[in-house]
Amino acid sequence: MSRKKIVYPYIPNSVPAIKEAMLKAVNAQRVEDFYADIPDTIRLKRQMKLPAPLLSEAELVRHVEALLAKNTSARETLSFLGAGCAQHHVPAVCDEVNSRSEFLTAYAGEPYEDHGRFQALFEYESLMAELLDMDVVNVPVYDGFQATGTALRMAGRITGRPVALLPATVTPDKLSMVHGYIRPDMITELVPFDPATGLMDLNALRRQISARTAAVFIENPSYLGFLETQAEEIGQIAHENGAIFVVGVDPISLGVISPPAQYGGDIACGDIQSLGLHMNYGGGHAGFIATRDEVKFVAEFPSRLFGVATTCVTGEYGFGDVAYERTSFAVREDGKEWVGTAAALWGITAAVYLALMGPQGMVEIGQGIMQRVRYAIGKLNQVTGVKIPLLTTPHFKEFAVNFDGTGKTVGQINQSLSEKGLFGGKDLSTDFPSLGQSALYCVTEVHTQADLDRLVAAIQEAAK
Amino acid sequence: MTHPSPKKLGAPKAVAPKPALRRFHQARWDEPVIFELSSAGQRGVLPPEPESAIVQAAGDVFDGLPASLKRKTAPALPEMSQLHVLRHYLRLSQENLGVDLNVDIGQGTCTMKYSPKVNDQLARSHKLSELHPLQPLSTVQGILEVMYRLEEMLKEICGLDRVTLQPGAGSAAIFANIAMIRAFHESRGEGRKRGDVITSSFSHPSNAAAAKVAGYNIITLPPDADGYPDLEALKAAVSDRTAALLITNPEDTGIFNPRIAEFVDLVHRAGGLCAYDQANANGLLGITRAREAGFDVCHFNLHKTFSTPHGCGGPASGACGVSREMAPFLPTPTVEFDGTSYYLDFNRPQSIGKVRSWYGVTGNMLRAYAWVMSLGAEGLREVAEIAVLNNNYLLNKVLEIRGASAPYAKGKRRIEQVRYSWEKLASDTGVHSEEIGFRAADFGTHYWTSHHPFVVPEPMTLEPTESYSRQDLDEYVTILKNIANEAYTNPEIVHTAPHNSTVHKIDQESFDDPDAWAVTWRAYQRKLKKDR
Repeated sequence: MSRKKIVYPYIPNSVPAIKEAMLKAVNAQRVEDFYADIPDTIRLKRQMKLPAPLLSEAELVRHVEALLAKNTSARETLSFLGAGCAQHHVPAVCDEVNSRSEFLTAYAGEPYEDHGRFQALFEYESLMAELLDMDVVNVPVYDGFQATGTALRMAGRITGRPVALLPATVTPDKLSMVHGYIRPDMITELVPFDPATGLMDLNALRRQISARTAAVFIENPSYLGFLETQAEEIGQIAHENGAIFVVGVDPISLGVISPPAQYGGDIACGDIQSLGLHMNYGGGHAGFIATRDEVKFVAEFPSRLFGVATTCVTGEYGFGDVAYERTSFAVREDGKEWVGTAAALWGITAAVYLALMGPQGMVEIGQGIMQRVRYAIGKLNQVTGVKIPLLTTPHFKEFAVNFDGTGKTVGQINQSLSEKGLFGGKDLSTDFPSLGQSALYCVTEVHTQADLDRLVAAIQEAAK
Repeated sequence: MTHPSPKKLGAPKAVAPKPALRRFHQARWDEPVIFELSSAGQRGVLPPEPESAIVQAAGDVFDGLPASLKRKTAPALPEMSQLHVLRHYLRLSQENLGVDLNVDIGQGTCTMKYSPKVNDQLARSHKLSELHPLQPLSTVQGILEVMYRLEEMLKEICGLDRVTLQPGAGSAAIFANIAMIRAFHESRGEGRKRGDVITSSFSHPSNAAAAKVAGYNIITLPPDADGYPDLEALKAAVSDRTAALLITNPEDTGIFNPRIAEFVDLVHRAGGLCAYDQANANGLLGITRAREAGFDVCHFNLHKTFSTPHGCGGPASGACGVSREMAPFLPTPTVEFDGTSYYLDFNRPQSIGKVRSWYGVTGNMLRAYAWVMSLGAEGLREVAEIAVLNNNYLLNKVLEIRGASAPYAKGKRRIEQVRYSWEKLASDTGVHSEEIGFRAADFGTHYWTSHHPFVVPEPMTLEPTESYSRQDLDEYVTILKNIANEAYTNPEIVHTAPHNSTVHKIDQESFDDPDAWAVTWRAYQRKLKKDR
């Protein structure tokens, strides 16, 4: 049976006549000639078993859209899920810029034919630097977890010491990634927190810190949403003991909350998902690391650092790699960790976001989120049986809500909310048993008063 | 309104044929750095204001904060209207080339292929982009099904037993594989003993670098006289300290190593594991697989072979394939199907844990899934065959250029790419490979030398994938031929290139001088002032 030869729209030379002519041009009988070096013993001697193709774009769209239709997006419901990935408004211009073919389909171009990406990423570094009040910011790494792992390894290399102290309030997921990443060279130790406030137990920190401590790491805001109000003192304790103070931050808070550099932070790190990136089922993350402009820090970055320079034409900016010889691209395993493809387009997107928001926008969004959180906390705390366990500590956009007094589990509460078209907070009862039946709620600028009132009413009903 | 009666000119004038070389000029907007565009008071977007009841109830949100935590001055970001932000970034985008605009075959090892627009469009659906990773499973069945099905496809493509899509990119996938290898040896009480990882000089630098991060001593096999990783060197390196061999085949030379199974056997006999870096899988789809060659783990880059866009350097996506024995060590969670619905399995006691937040770069998973669905088994084989045909066609043409050569394996066919050398041209003319790249920008195309170290002198690596037409390949060759001719006849024009690019020759010295380098605008301003 002879079948019609398929000409694939994505494969121009799949036209039989072209293929023939090209084979002829290289004196080959058939494509098989090119595979002559592959021994028979390691050949796949059958066709791969894959689903039948959907050759037309129309069929493909129909198929994939049918799959996607099985999802319910946060836009179709009312979601209060956070835990490090939050629903923020993404300005249209962010999506417009990151959809541009020139940015979307370029890769690791050179400063001459891809000047645009160098400038855009230099500007990303520069805009983040203003937010962070630091002079050096890297081209993005994979996500905030990776940024934390690398920041701790940098501290380890700078101090020559092996121990990283982390607050016991970090998410087990982050701890898992960071531990797996640094454990060949470093040890992670958790510093307990005060169960009444969530804040780091400073007596414990003083007991644990030693001449072996490379880094004291805190999160501000913490995974549980509260602000670590003792940050400055923690930094002092770190410095008194010769350790590097590493602070993880949510950059969208920095219009109103001081950046780590202003309270003693030596390395700031975190995730930029909040800056103009869709949640993407957890696929919209990218990480940043920032330091002062000192050789001891700069030399330890594994990432690309794009810098500005002059060109042979007056008034023209050129861009290029700063201190390239520290990277694995230059010296393989002798470089600092590794560098590779990570999340550059998300960096460009975050730059667009910060340029759109401007100083005023960042102040307003930070303040507005904190106001909404206070409103929600105030209302929820009045619901019978519901408590805000870390009430006395200021929060940024996330906060724990405890349901012990209702006699219900978080699972039961969330089930009830789900039936009303709401996604309740992340269940904390497994990861933080000391908080009882608590859930982590996230409130952002997308939430209106009506949304928050609806949540309170739904919880009131669920708690009955 | 009346029109003047037109002058009669007769038939249209024929436009002369296009010259062989494109008279390209890249956009040169001479665009300032964004801070220079700031105009006090302008706004780009307005955040939604909280309702007055919220504002009143909230009171002073800073009252519980210590002074050290309350930001005193707003961040010094630029102040711009929306159009001006958009215009700035559109101008920068025009000063960039991507696959969609140029014959992007000059970035060998990176599999620069067409990323279908329809897949981007699908990935942008709010049914994916606005999903939160902790939503109830009943509300994310569609994306879990896509992940599950893609894993099934990749299992068939590599022949191994399980796949994870969690790594954020290729290097992260290499790290995940080496972390699983470490966990495997630890589970057998050999974690400390097996401290060596063997790789080769023509493998991606991240094989060596990621294994080093995982705590291993790195042994690098040099190429032998024929360009293969040196088998004798491997024999000397393998011992009961060997944790793994991390290798790719073909290596960046494009020469398939026919003795690969022997390499794998040698390492297995010593109790080590073998990891196949399949970043360069594009020429081998449906031809040979990790399974047949005996590998324990492998990884693919979805942004290479599987067509997802490169995004100026990410977001990317890595996928690891592993054998049954290695499956218990996969990152958490795995995607499972119970016959009715899809779910995430977090209960994996031997898992290496997380290598990335959540489950991976889902947008790229969806794109890769759609790409495979649009081609099927026959189509993937066509991808491989045309990629290889294109490469050998290009090889023939490049070898006709004065000063160019393809070291090793003389007369042999290559798989999907070739590492060429301009050694002769450089010694004849003083023009270096890097400068050829600067000049290539003048013709609207991208060119990259190769990964360091330059084992092949004056290297160039071309990987023409299946996306480029014969005319595209001919155009690229014409550009290279022209530059080679210039090198021999008028080297100055190459030395001073680029001429038609967005920018001119950049002063490189400052990038390595701590007093002069400036990674941010504020550092640049500060250092400038100090200098004055």
